[in-house]
Amino acid sequence: MSAAVEETSMGIDNRKLGMWVFLGSEFMFFGAFITAYLLYLNTTAGGPTGEIFDIVYTSISSFVLLMSSLTMVLAHNAHVHGDMRRMRLWILATALQGLVFVGGQAYEFTKFVNEGLVPTGSPFASAFFVLTGFHGIHVTVGIILLLGLWSYTHTGKVKSDQPLKTEIIGLYWHFVDIIWVIIFVVVYLIPWG
Amino acid sequence: MATTTAPPQTRSRSLLSRPTALDGLKGYLATTDHKKIGIMYFWSVLVFFFFGGVASWVIRAQLAAAENTLVNEEVYNQAFTLHGLTMVFLVVMPLGAAFFNYLIPLQIGARDVAFPRLNAFSFWTFLFGGLFLYSSLFFQAVPNGGWFGYAPLSTQIPGDNMAFYAVGLQIVGIASLSAAVNFITTILNMRAPGMEFMRMPVFVWMSLVTNFLLLFALPIIAVALFMLNGDVVFGTQFFQPATGGDPILWQHLFWLFGHPEVYIMILPAMGIVSEVMPTFSRKPLFGYTAMVFAGVAIGFIGFGVWAHHMFTSAVGPIGRVAFGLTTMFIAVPTGIKIFNWVFTMWGGKVRFTTAMLFSVGFVSMFTIGGLSGVTHAIVPHDAQQTDTYWIVAHFHYVLFGGALFGLVSGIYYYFPKVTGKLLNETLGKWHFWTWLIGFNLTFGPMHMSGLLGQPRRTAVLPGELGPDVLLYNQLSTAGVAVLTVSALIFLFNFITSLRSGEASGDDPWDARTLEWMTPSPTPYVNFYEIPTVTARDEFWERKYAETEDGVVRPVPMGASQDHGEPVPVGDTATVEGTGNASAVPDDIAVTEDVALAKVTSDDHGGNPDAADDDHHIHMPDPSYWPLIMCAGFIPLGYGLTFAAPTLIVLGALWLMIGMFGWILEPLAEGDDDYDPDAVHA
Amino acid sequence: MADTATEATTDVAVTHDDHHPSAREYVQIAGALFGLTAMEFSTYFIEFGPLHIPLLLVLMGIKFMLVAGFFMHLKFDTRVFRQLMITGLVGAMTLYLAATLALHEFPAGAGLG
Repeated sequence: MSAAVEETSMGIDNRKLGMWVFLGSEFMFFGAFITAYLLYLNTTAGGPTGEIFDIVYTSISSFVLLMSSLTMVLAHNAHVHGDMRRMRLWILATALQGLVFVGGQAYEFTKFVNEGLVPTGSPFASAFFVLTGFHGIHVTVGIILLLGLWSYTHTGKVKSDQPLKTEIIGLYWHFVDIIWVIIFVVVYLIPWG
Repeated sequence: MATTTAPPQTRSRSLLSRPTALDGLKGYLATTDHKKIGIMYFWSVLVFFFFGGVASWVIRAQLAAAENTLVNEEVYNQAFTLHGLTMVFLVVMPLGAAFFNYLIPLQIGARDVAFPRLNAFSFWTFLFGGLFLYSSLFFQAVPNGGWFGYAPLSTQIPGDNMAFYAVGLQIVGIASLSAAVNFITTILNMRAPGMEFMRMPVFVWMSLVTNFLLLFALPIIAVALFMLNGDVVFGTQFFQPATGGDPILWQHLFWLFGHPEVYIMILPAMGIVSEVMPTFSRKPLFGYTAMVFAGVAIGFIGFGVWAHHMFTSAVGPIGRVAFGLTTMFIAVPTGIKIFNWVFTMWGGKVRFTTAMLFSVGFVSMFTIGGLSGVTHAIVPHDAQQTDTYWIVAHFHYVLFGGALFGLVSGIYYYFPKVTGKLLNETLGKWHFWTWLIGFNLTFGPMHMSGLLGQPRRTAVLPGELGPDVLLYNQLSTAGVAVLTVSALIFLFNFITSLRSGEASGDDPWDARTLEWMTPSPTPYVNFYEIPTVTARDEFWERKYAETEDGVVRPVPMGASQDHGEPVPVGDTATVEGTGNASAVPDDIAVTEDVALAKVTSDDHGGNPDAADDDHHIHMPDPSYWPLIMCAGFIPLGYGLTFAAPTLIVLGALWLMIGMFGWILEPLAEGDDDYDPDAVHA
Repeated sequence: MADTATEATTDVAVTHDDHHPSAREYVQIAGALFGLTAMEFSTYFIEFGPLHIPLLLVLMGIKFMLVAGFFMHLKFDTRVFRQLMITGLVGAMTLYLAATLALHEFPAGAGLG
């Protein structure tokens, strides 16, 4: 920890505290989308219902995202131990899994649209696409952050004695994962009908 | 005046090296100084306040006669929507933010906020969001569905009007959210040694509560606005009854945000009044602890009353009872505050300066607004009042008579702090009395016309309401004329005092809190040496001490550090005199030049030894990147308004490039200063 | 909310960088997450009757706590972070539950008859 941290009132780094403050507000954000989705479960205007979800496919992509949290935390662990080679490797692995997840989501969206579930079709469809879409945007931002972090380890912007940077990006990444843990169960698995 | 520059950089200049100018236009465009950002918020607010005022002239001119045809319905709808949006989002909220910016670091004894560049980001985003909203004028698409934007009306108005509403508020919301993250982190983590939570000035407490409210309320409106944006521009079905969408969902989401928003606007004013009253009553704030907890309680309960805005739309009997009760509850902490202010003045040596007059005006006008507010808790009563001018009267008494009076009080109180000059008191008193009379003349009669059945948001005053209602409306219009004159008096006073006001000295009010320990105007480096806080009214305790028989005496010069013995009774110093301003140790309050000379050049590579050096002061370097990055919201905003994917992609890329430029800048703040939360704020 | 922070006051909250789990423990937690996801997945094929939804929610809660507690270090970090997360989570659940109840008490299309 740098000298700056010991000078703060709570003995924590500003950036880490700031990230947690921000994450606290993100629950409100996704909560509203999930509420709208649950409200509109049966409001399908004659269009496709939740029956359309491919549970096997989504389970696999959910699993990929869940495991990306493992590689993220391993990257942080490697950074704490100053092992930058491993850290870079795990960061790339995390970003790659994120890409697989987003790619899978893009494929899933295309498939649904082809099967008649379009965002403009019904409140149910709007709520589904906007909820999962905003989660996808969060994952994409995370990937950009990870790739930035990866490239900065080469330029000296992120040094081997600064694992806090990896930890803060990791917090964001795990948070996005946690939201998907909820979405996976609430949107896909629970047979609300 | 010589141009002030930041300490020279050790690195060669490149595209990514940080700007150094602290003065002039460049100094403002690149500033990361919380004081300058606060000042920029203030000037932006003045401009927006003018436009909001123009909109109110249109409304009052139209309503000055029954069955008037001065403006048509469309123009009227745009005028009252723009008036509401401007006053809420572009005047009262950012004026609060101006005070947060200027005062929070000073009051907690910090040199800046936790994330100085994020702070600049917040300001520019707010400004661009406001300009974006106003750019709808050029597209003949000024929002026209009310500031509450009720669906399905808002989703079905033809044209881009409500798209501008959805996107404009979204951008302004991003500004407030990033500011909330910043201020919460600052207050929690940047306090001077000894500045415990229960020693913080009440303004800082109220700021903390306000920013927590922002933090948890803004995501809700963000979601609602995204949904509205989708419905209006991209054809989603969230609030479309035709496919089974529920417009009441909009109402719930909007008021889940909208009611905390009311407290977001009033709490900063309450904080300012809690600073002004003790100073001009020469007494500590009565019931500090009760004041703090009442503020926190308002924050909590403020989240649980939203459905009282919806009693006549779609809330069942259980909901009506529950929300009626919570609405009555929230009057309790508010009442606690009112009593505490009154008891602060009670028995004090009250000095009725203009700042104090506005604070007293705040308490009395806000009490009237609070009393009419409690009537909304009684559901049958509320059902009669809904959508009448009674409601308009009520919320103007709390937002104008409350929030704005408190904030104006803050302007008079802190003008010397910011400029080193005093606002003219004679003109100030003219301003106050015309303001008070004009305000009551404008909004007082609305109680009556509302109870007599005049509907709000209606372009034409129906002739069948009779001559009484017409008279009340004419009084209101006359009141706006008085308010306009009053505002001009203020503006004249402000400009002339700014140019040639009487010098104020460092501590013109004999104030109590840390911000007055610094010279006025506050130098670039707030505190050369961070003060150690030992008491609630730290500055007062340094200036005065109580003798055994309870008499307050100034502390002799130089003895202040250890809160030394009071001057013996019989000494020439009297209690009436201004406190011993020299009680401030020389190493805390130093002039601009001295402080700058002591700021050593930052090693932009982050030299760890430098931080250990006692004489090393880290000041945040200026940066253009917040400004550059925020400009990306303009193409993104128009893309979302006109469904133009190219613009959306351009805006997103712009933001991303801005973010990377931001990160790649040389470091100066601490060992590094990458702000991840700025990325997705 | 604001007052939760009061308890944390100014006494220095120690950062527990050295108490973080080892890489091995992280992998074990990931193994548990894998197992829990597999159990969730199995509910799609097996009928659990009235326990179906509660079971899924419990599994979800455990996964949530594992990721938040270990991967996000909430279990080891200062409690301010935990309080921020709980405030956001509990606040969101309470508010949206209340809004949902209000919406259901007066369902769309019920009219004001």
